[in-house]
Amino acid sequence: MRQVAIYGKGGIGKSTTTQNLNAGLGEMGKKIMIVGCDPKADSTRLILGGLAQQTVLDTLREEGDDIELDLVMKTGFAGIKCVESGGPEPGVGCAGRGIITSISLLERLGAYEADLDYVFYDVLGDVVCGGFAMPIREGKAREIYIVCSGEMMAMYAANNICKGITKFANTGGVRLGGLICNSRKVDGEAELVSAFAKELGTQMIHFVPRDNMVQRAEINKKTVIEYDPTCNQANEYRELARKIDSNDMFVIPKPLSQERLEEILLEHGILDM
Amino acid sequence: MNERTRMLDHYTTRVYKNRKDHVLQIENAPSSQEIAANTRTIPGIITNRGCCYAGCKGVVVGPLKDCLVITHGPIGCGYYSWGTRRNKAVAEPGGQNYLPYCFSTDMQESDIVFGGEKKLEQAIAEAVEIFHPAAIMICSTCPIGLIGDDVEAVAKRTEEKYGIKCIAFSCEGYKGVSQSAGHHIANNGLMKHIIGTGDKRPATKHAINILGEYNIGGDGWEQARILKRIGYEIVTVFTGDGSFQTMKNAHLADLNLVMCHRSINYVAEMMKDKYGTDWLKVNFIGVEATIQSLRDIAKYFDDPELTARTEEVIRDELANIADAVAYYKSKLKGKKAGIFVGGSRSHHYQALLRDFGVETIIAGYEFAHRDDYEGRQVLPTIKEDADSKNIENLVMTPDPQLYKQRYSDEKIEELRRELPLGTYAGMIRDMKDGHVVIDDFNHFETEQIIKLMKPDIFFSGIKDKYIIQKGGTPSRQMHSYDYAGPYAGFLGAVNFARDITMAIYTNAWAFVTPPWKNHSTLIGTVGTVGGDDHA
Repeated sequence: MRQVAIYGKGGIGKSTTTQNLNAGLGEMGKKIMIVGCDPKADSTRLILGGLAQQTVLDTLREEGDDIELDLVMKTGFAGIKCVESGGPEPGVGCAGRGIITSISLLERLGAYEADLDYVFYDVLGDVVCGGFAMPIREGKAREIYIVCSGEMMAMYAANNICKGITKFANTGGVRLGGLICNSRKVDGEAELVSAFAKELGTQMIHFVPRDNMVQRAEINKKTVIEYDPTCNQANEYRELARKIDSNDMFVIPKPLSQERLEEILLEHGILDM
Repeated sequence: MNERTRMLDHYTTRVYKNRKDHVLQIENAPSSQEIAANTRTIPGIITNRGCCYAGCKGVVVGPLKDCLVITHGPIGCGYYSWGTRRNKAVAEPGGQNYLPYCFSTDMQESDIVFGGEKKLEQAIAEAVEIFHPAAIMICSTCPIGLIGDDVEAVAKRTEEKYGIKCIAFSCEGYKGVSQSAGHHIANNGLMKHIIGTGDKRPATKHAINILGEYNIGGDGWEQARILKRIGYEIVTVFTGDGSFQTMKNAHLADLNLVMCHRSINYVAEMMKDKYGTDWLKVNFIGVEATIQSLRDIAKYFDDPELTARTEEVIRDELANIADAVAYYKSKLKGKKAGIFVGGSRSHHYQALLRDFGVETIIAGYEFAHRDDYEGRQVLPTIKEDADSKNIENLVMTPDPQLYKQRYSDEKIEELRRELPLGTYAGMIRDMKDGHVVIDDFNHFETEQIIKLMKPDIFFSGIKDKYIIQKGGTPSRQMHSYDYAGPYAGFLGAVNFARDITMAIYTNAWAFVTPPWKNHSTLIGTVGTVGGDDHA
């Protein structure tokens, strides 16, 4: 079982990319579980076709200890199992603690079946506290992909996430598998993100071009592969799935200094402006 | 080498560097030596200190009998602070006494994740329905600060919804360096929300408040008995046997008496600034100290009738206990004591011990500041650090309607030459050459200093009492009085002398020779490297 955590700046398209990628892996016949680790609970919408899912924490609150796994785990496109951790509304309580509670509960309920090929954790934004690092603690996800783009703040966030990963990588087994570039049509984006990845000691595992098909599929509550299996963007996600499935480059990242990060931007990106 | 040096000699360089400024041995008494205090304890040192919640809920807010105090947090903090301070209280006529109860929101895991405000409001709703309190206090524990429950907003909503007083204290345990931070937070809350909200004027012309008296073992009742005999009217007590109902009118009293300087000096100072109420440092622990304090109060009011009555009561009280004092003095004279407690008691009890001929050779505080050791004159020289700046410091301006200074500034200056009016000289001044003073004492230093100085009795708290006692030195708890008391005033002095005479003359553990003194308790043989020789 490969456990994979997806991180990245808020709004960069982590959930969209994760679900489309998983559709590709599902098509390949892989058995997959997605664990949404975002209080907004929108990590499985495309796989489940918009089905409003009961979250683990809501269930815990309402049902107490006596929880059936069936209540919180739903199956969607390509047999992909979906779980949403859930959490408090913005501004109250502790979402980080919620993720810890939720993952521990899933383990006790036996959600991690031996025949799963992949468990994907779709984690909210940055590694802001211990709770959001839960998926990469010892015994959980061993590989991480960071979704980013050529925009400065997205790379800045990716660099910060690498700092978080380094801490856990040095004491445990977690490794960075690569950057997934979710294109924002920035000038020289592929080169820029590739150079940034190289500097981090990793790879840009795939460049996902910007395509309105993603938007259309999302409005229809579907992944691109389900919505229009023959379109170009569907092939892009299949390619990403294939690359991740055959990936063998797992590194402890070397985060950049702020100065070096800005230098790379000047060299590859904004220089023409 | 003096005892201080020999004790500190055991430390590594790093620990020594920190601890050396917290320990001093008195030279050239009355000494003006400087001591480091109110700073962080180094991790790894077994300190006797408590937390911010302990200072706010446990010390200052908890004893208010008609206030329903809800500990907002997981159950442990509420449960373990339930009834442990022995603050006695009897309900006012027609009033309430919630001290026997323990109220907590009992936060569970899902409450932490989703926030505890709703559960707190539910707890308040239940409390109001069952108990109909006039006031509710919310005391936050650590996790509440971490998840950011807006307890002040809950308090505000409670006041609007039920028309009762509700005060939220953000006294999470991790704040500040010791329980001292909690005292300050509690003082601020009482000042902001209670003091000055009542309008019941005192019926007599000598009305006082007692500040920093927590009525442990009934100490406050003994003080009240004496003060009332003389003719004083006690408006309110902060906070032993105290109440919200009486504290509202605190600003209408003529004078504030300050017992525990550390825990309540903030209120005393703020009331002086806002209402012009003078405060007098008193000590009702000890016969001579009580007499001195009674005379100081009489001098402040400067009323011949009151002064005569004061002397009359002193004569009568003294006559009443004379035989007992003489008897216990004959048993205790020449004994030596050590005392480690709180932020004021280590000073107060030296006076009581002196009454019976006992010299205090070791004294220390858990959480005092430099002014408690060296006197308030050092206040301007105390540097604020990040820890002290973290606690809100309220600045008061004179209340346009209620500010009233009893005496002119010149008269106050004149009184200050004779009385501890608005000031406190600190503990060190009363200690003699060779005596050892230790700030934020720890278990290691307690054991060492007892070995080095061999006191006949040692006063401390539950955390180290039994280590000391089983080591052969009688020990009495000065936080809880070992379920006895009162020890204040004239009658209390006799109780105290009786209890410590019993302790010293029945030091049972000193007669026990522990087995490890006679033979090795280790079974086995010394193995060689590679070890085929184990037993």
